[in-house]
Amino acid sequence: MTYDVPLLPGESPEIEETTATAGEGWPLWEVFVRARRGISHVHIGSLHAPDPESALQNARDVYTRRGEGVSLWVVPSSEIHAFEPEDLVDYVEANEKVYRHATTYDIPDEVGHM
Amino acid sequence: MTPEEHFEAIVAAEDKIEPTDWMPEAYRSTLIRQIAQHAHSEVIGMQPEGNWISRAPTLHRKAILMAKVQDEAGHGLYLYSAAETLGVRRDELQELLHQGKHKYSSIFNYPTLSWADIGAIGWLVDGAAITNQVMLTRCSYGPYARGMVRICKEESFHQRQGYEILIRLCQGSPEQNAMAQDALDRWWWPSLMMFGPHDTDSTHTEQSMQWKIKRVSNDELRQQFVDMTVPQADYLGLTMPDPALKWNEERGHYDFGEIDWDEFWTVVKGNGPMNRDRIEHKARAWDDGAWVRAAAAAHAARKSAAAASLTGAA
Repeated sequence: MTYDVPLLPGESPEIEETTATAGEGWPLWEVFVRARRGISHVHIGSLHAPDPESALQNARDVYTRRGEGVSLWVVPSSEIHAFEPEDLVDYVEANEKVYRHATTYDIPDEVGHM
Repeated sequence: MTPEEHFEAIVAAEDKIEPTDWMPEAYRSTLIRQIAQHAHSEVIGMQPEGNWISRAPTLHRKAILMAKVQDEAGHGLYLYSAAETLGVRRDELQELLHQGKHKYSSIFNYPTLSWADIGAIGWLVDGAAITNQVMLTRCSYGPYARGMVRICKEESFHQRQGYEILIRLCQGSPEQNAMAQDALDRWWWPSLMMFGPHDTDSTHTEQSMQWKIKRVSNDELRQQFVDMTVPQADYLGLTMPDPALKWNEERGHYDFGEIDWDEFWTVVKGNGPMNRDRIEHKARAWDDGAWVRAAAAAHAARKSAAAASLTGAA
């Protein structure tokens, strides 16, 4: 398959250690695009750039070449703080609280739409 | 549930694995290797096509070709970003490529000798890539699958522009017809090789299929590609360079001849027509661009220092 070049005899599939230096150390930016007016910005990808201006210019060139957006945000990846599944309310527990959902209440048909 | 069971449950449920999820180390390293090779392929793939930008036959074709080559750079970026979510840095991966420790698709180790080759690459090489990448949109690793969705949208333009180049040539003079036929003769077999060894010889396919990194086997994808492409060649009035190629009514597929596996391994081992040139060119471009990166970093540092001193003064 194209992007899975077969291993040669004696070649290891493990990742090789590199001698690469820290490089330029350009920070990573997360890119968010508003596809059209009236909807929220959505995460679309990331890129490395030395400063916000270059990050925006590069994001524009990479992610909106075909009119994919009307607004663009870049945010330093290091500024994103996150909760992951294990930090969130337990899924089972959340689903047990059925009284949070409108459909669990019986309203007589005669009342009509509510 | 152990982390391993949780991982397996997500994969079994056709859900996606995301960067912060626990994953087996071998899953991570398989993905890093594959995504990096995919990224390198996009970037190295700019060279054979870039070769014809200055000699495109019309301004219109030149604009199209530049847009396509620019897309390939973008694809490389999406993929390096996806790889970075697995805990490697882009410059590390790039360094491995420059050192010859990382590979890329062998198809880019063939030269582009005529304008018709640009047509053949779009039609066949991007056609084969699409076959593969459509499968990868269903890959179990979220960032890779999402990158593939974007890439597939753009690849469709690549394939169609290539096929259109060949339509024009095939409607042209006998010389132009011959040029198109020659391109097909040279690109057909390497395009079939893009799908890799036979399933029976493909060592780590099985594990990748279990992990749903890969969803369809090499031979099945190759067959899909052949079935799709033969009628397109017929339309062009070109002859496939394979005397064994024949519709098999019983199977409902085309039968085709055997790939020259010696050639396949020669190129994988680094001895194809362009292997050395491609890496030399890539490494040189990186080194030549050092001053641009240094200037950008210096500019950013000066600006942020200026901003800090303003804040300090206030």
